[in-house]
Amino acid sequence: MPGRRIRLNFVNLFLWLLGGGLLAFAAYGSFLTLIEGRIQPNQWQNLIVAGVALGSVYALIALGYTLVYGILFMINFAHGEVFMWGAFTAFFAATALNDAGMMASNPVLAFFLVLATSMLVSMVVAIMLERIAYRPLRGAPRLVPLITAIGASLFLQYTARGFYGSGVRAYPDYTIFDGTISLGFLSLSVKQAVVILAAVGLMVGLYLFINRTRTGRAMRAVSEDKDVAAMMGINVDRIIVTTFAIGGLLAGAAGILYTLIFNQVLFFMGFLPGIKAFTAAVLGGIGNVIGAALGGLILGVVEQLGPNLFLSGYGVPSPNQLKDVIAFSVLVLVLIFRPSGLLGRKENT
Amino acid sequence: MQKYMRWSGMLVVLMLVLAACQSDGGGASEEPSSDGGEPSASADGGSGSAADCDADEFGCIELAEGDPLIIGTALVITGANESLGLDSQYGAQVANSLRPEVAGHEVEFNFQDDGCSTEGGTAAARALVSEENIAGVIGTSCSSAGIPAAEILSAEGILLVSPSNTAPSLTAPETHEPFYARTAHNDSIQGAAMAQFVCEVLGLGSAATIDDGSAYADQLAAVFASEFQSQCDGEITAEEAVTVGQTDFTGVLENIAADSPEFLYFPIFVAEGALITQQARETSGLEDTELGGADGILTPDWLAAAGGAADGVYLSGPDLAFSGDFYADEFLPAYTDVSGESEPISVFHAHAFDAYNMLADAIEEVAFTDGGTTYIPRTALRDAFMATSGFEGITGTLTCDENGDCADAKISVSEVVDGAFERIWPE
Repeated sequence: MPGRRIRLNFVNLFLWLLGGGLLAFAAYGSFLTLIEGRIQPNQWQNLIVAGVALGSVYALIALGYTLVYGILFMINFAHGEVFMWGAFTAFFAATALNDAGMMASNPVLAFFLVLATSMLVSMVVAIMLERIAYRPLRGAPRLVPLITAIGASLFLQYTARGFYGSGVRAYPDYTIFDGTISLGFLSLSVKQAVVILAAVGLMVGLYLFINRTRTGRAMRAVSEDKDVAAMMGINVDRIIVTTFAIGGLLAGAAGILYTLIFNQVLFFMGFLPGIKAFTAAVLGGIGNVIGAALGGLILGVVEQLGPNLFLSGYGVPSPNQLKDVIAFSVLVLVLIFRPSGLLGRKENT
Repeated sequence: MQKYMRWSGMLVVLMLVLAACQSDGGGASEEPSSDGGEPSASADGGSGSAADCDADEFGCIELAEGDPLIIGTALVITGANESLGLDSQYGAQVANSLRPEVAGHEVEFNFQDDGCSTEGGTAAARALVSEENIAGVIGTSCSSAGIPAAEILSAEGILLVSPSNTAPSLTAPETHEPFYARTAHNDSIQGAAMAQFVCEVLGLGSAATIDDGSAYADQLAAVFASEFQSQCDGEITAEEAVTVGQTDFTGVLENIAADSPEFLYFPIFVAEGALITQQARETSGLEDTELGGADGILTPDWLAAAGGAADGVYLSGPDLAFSGDFYADEFLPAYTDVSGESEPISVFHAHAFDAYNMLADAIEEVAFTDGGTTYIPRTALRDAFMATSGFEGITGTLTCDENGDCADAKISVSEVVDGAFERIWPE
């Protein structure tokens, strides 16, 4: 990094040693695992594909965090619950359609109806969240909306529990997505392919929306400077609502893709994916749209691959229990070497 | 400013992760015992009976004429595993409907939720301890909740009788809490039975296990693994673990698939059990692997959550083919009246029914009346319960040993056939 002076104080030295140590540990562990050769190449491929599919879901949720952060500089901790509300409500649409026989007679339309329900519900929840929980606190110190967000998160969780019950519900099977596709050396299940393609499609759409439309330009302007944007005639409130709405739509879509892979819903299901997606957003550089997508993918793949690759070579018993440790260690590592995330803005701008 | 924001963000994440991961560290704190059981009989001159209360380390439960006798429950009645706890709760309610009065007092329940977790067990036990004059507790559902609950209740001299805790450590001599007993089988029996079934009936020679870190799953998987190796020289290819709340098991399953075991045993709970069932069916390398679980997922909720993938899974659990007509002719109709369910939603209702009646018998054995007030000395109640011998219940003939194992344990194995449980072993 030319022009940037690295100050070598005790804390920095410690952090770099820690980072270097972790990297060396992971590298040596991978070496041991690969030498051992217990896990077959096609299994590694399965892990990577599963990681990419999971990572795409994380990425879609992470976009919601990053969009809101880019504009309001606040972390919307209730975003995981927005995701849960969409998926949970759409569960009832899916069961109703299944009971009506539409899942069997017209599966593609049924899938899109379920998807639309989820996206719509998530969007409405996100907009209400902004209107009720965040807008009244717009001028307050930054810590205030952060605390409110956590409160809103708990409120949404337990409202869902009151509405829909505390048990686990299983989505009906989308039989059209059964089976696997083989592309030369690559084989993946149809569900994984659908998840990856849908996520990529949505992300490209978002990118075009932000860069090619008037509203997108207004969003970028508000993100750069709210006051100046307002002086140029942009309705800042409306842009903020739009941002939340887009975040909600993406979270709703992520909810359906998530249930496509895991097909279970629970009132608490938003918590962990929410945290993971937030981690992904920070990893990629919070506020940066491409960064969020990249962060999600990296996190998903590392989480799947990490335990088996880094740890099983050392003979660690049940390494997969430690997959969250690995996911969060990656975050720590990235923040040590690139404090503002992979694609984040530089420290002092 | 952005910098601080980022660090505070990380801090919040750390806090949340810690909060999510924290297991209960403070379960051992004991409050000074301030029982409501100060014998007031000493005020009216004292008698030989009141001296029993004085002599009793934990004093007496005291019930004035017309006071209800309170029995607590600490069962998992919300969340993914609610069918397990509700089922036991209905069992206790059925027993109560047939025997509403114990020692001349009407029985009232204090229902608490054990959350199927260490934290939940601690909270439920604390709530029950704060209830004055509680005569005994039926619970917990999950062994991980039972460990702290037994400790807290034993410190106050309150008897805890579990209808469904099965982890061996709860009644192992070195870890047994003095006021803990159970009517459910010990997993040293269930694990051995499942190992026997897998090698003798299915004829399989290698197996892998998955537990979720809970006391129940961890210990049952370990018993199965050691019995599988010692009974029939089976090979254990992997002993994996997952975390509660996890949804993606690709990593674990691929790791297990690397050794292609013939049998995969995951004695865990509903949410994770259903996901593992589905994902194992889609993992290459496990196509020919038979799947097996235990009583934690022996419920229609798991069947619904796992869907078609459940077919062909073998599940061990208590044998519900009870002898005698009482279960079919009287218990089940009463169960339907109490619960509104057409059939039992899990497998430990009969154990809860027996627990209630054993507790009631023990109370009636030691209770005495003095001037219209009923006294129940707590330590004597425990001793009477632990001395239960040859009690004829639904689940069999129950006799308690000194560590609180009371079950007449009979294990059966069911297979899922066309989305329903079918009992297949022993014939």
